[in-house]
Amino acid sequence: MTTQVTPGPSRVHVRTTINGNAHEFLVPPYMSLLDTLREIVGLTGTKEGCLDGNCGACTVSLDGRIVDSCLVLGAEIDGKSVETVEGMASAEGLHPLQQAFLEEAALQCGICTPGFLVASKGLLDNEPAPDEHRIRHWLAGNLCRCTGYDKIVRAVQKASAEMSA
Amino acid sequence: MHPFAYEAPGSIDEAVALLDKHGDRARPIAGGTDVLVQARANRWDLDAIVDVKNIPELTQISHYPDGSVSIGAAVPCYQIYEDQKIRDSFPGIIDAVEMIGGIQIQSRASLGGNLCNSSPSADGICPLIAYNAVCHIAGPGGDDDHRDVAVEDFCTGPGSNVLGRGEILVSLVLPNPGANFGAAYERFIPRNEMDIAVAGAGVSVKLNDAGDTFEAARVALAAVAPVPLVVPAAEAALVGNPVNDATIEAAAAAAADAASPISDMRGTIDQRKHLSGVLARRMINKAVERARG
Repeated sequence: MTTQVTPGPSRVHVRTTINGNAHEFLVPPYMSLLDTLREIVGLTGTKEGCLDGNCGACTVSLDGRIVDSCLVLGAEIDGKSVETVEGMASAEGLHPLQQAFLEEAALQCGICTPGFLVASKGLLDNEPAPDEHRIRHWLAGNLCRCTGYDKIVRAVQKASAEMSA
Repeated sequence: MHPFAYEAPGSIDEAVALLDKHGDRARPIAGGTDVLVQARANRWDLDAIVDVKNIPELTQISHYPDGSVSIGAAVPCYQIYEDQKIRDSFPGIIDAVEMIGGIQIQSRASLGGNLCNSSPSADGICPLIAYNAVCHIAGPGGDDDHRDVAVEDFCTGPGSNVLGRGEILVSLVLPNPGANFGAAYERFIPRNEMDIAVAGAGVSVKLNDAGDTFEAARVALAAVAPVPLVVPAAEAALVGNPVNDATIEAAAAAAADAASPISDMRGTIDQRKHLSGVLARRMINKAVERARG
């Protein structure tokens, strides 16, 4: 007796740039960018939180705009450029935001942190000196259930001051 | 979730052919911020997702010499609020696209998708009604298969609309509002961002040259009926009458009266009817301010 295998929809061929490196792979057409990054590319820094676009834990940058990677299909990044938390530190050391998050103790359990870091970088890359209101508004799509946000906002302010010094 | 195929056609013809072929087992996707969530919740079993972001007509903003603007159905919110001409001429639309979701959602979610999702609580639909926006819809029957539907006639119930098999929303066209015109949208939510309207109001007014009389008005309410609710009685209470508190209060009372909400986790019937009046009054006042420049 042979095993019946129901063929699924064809996988999609994707050529993309992730953290500056060229990648080429096949991805199931229904797989989210979040799962694509974690399970196919092997970058597990991006975290799954709510899986419906409310918490921002899975935030990555797609062609320079922050998005919830749970609400993007892996197939959609063909020809596009993705930046994740793994791309923030350089050979010289941590990104100023990462350093500031450590110094300000802007995390406890850490699950939301990659999303906050990538989202904050998306802000400071375009607006080097946002005020507190702007930072809080920008980060409204990122939830943290540990810190109460004040430490996170202070860390972003500190990184902003250091980066523009 | 049913394992669906991913299609990314480059033309309207290809898109409508795919949608026609699959019927209700395919959905178009722009930002995916509603469709992917609903697919995961098994609202439908989909065989195909049709990504429409490679279709030029759906991804462009076009400003015409007559002062009208066409917004492609898949244009994300941020491209709309970063468009200076839309900011200048259609601030009531900016009110909505700046408050839908957070920054991540605004990178992807489109005004056209907000309309096609056809939620009664959609923030984008009432301001489109206030600007008398028209939907350009293409169908599977070839070059001649297209029709225009006023946004106020588009939604037919919670999550349902006039789109038939194989049809796709191509763009939203907003006519030139002209002089002495103002529009505004606001909603009530318990937090400042990232929430769904308990109630919302989108209003536009056209004043006479002196700025002291209403010549035309649109009043639409969100989240207080099965579809975004146009309130003719509130419009009638304004048109032809002087711009003063008594006129505006009468229109606000008509809005509260017309609201027929449900009670749910976001609010009660009484609260929503009250909010309808408050928000209508505030948005009429704001629209008057904008009309007077």
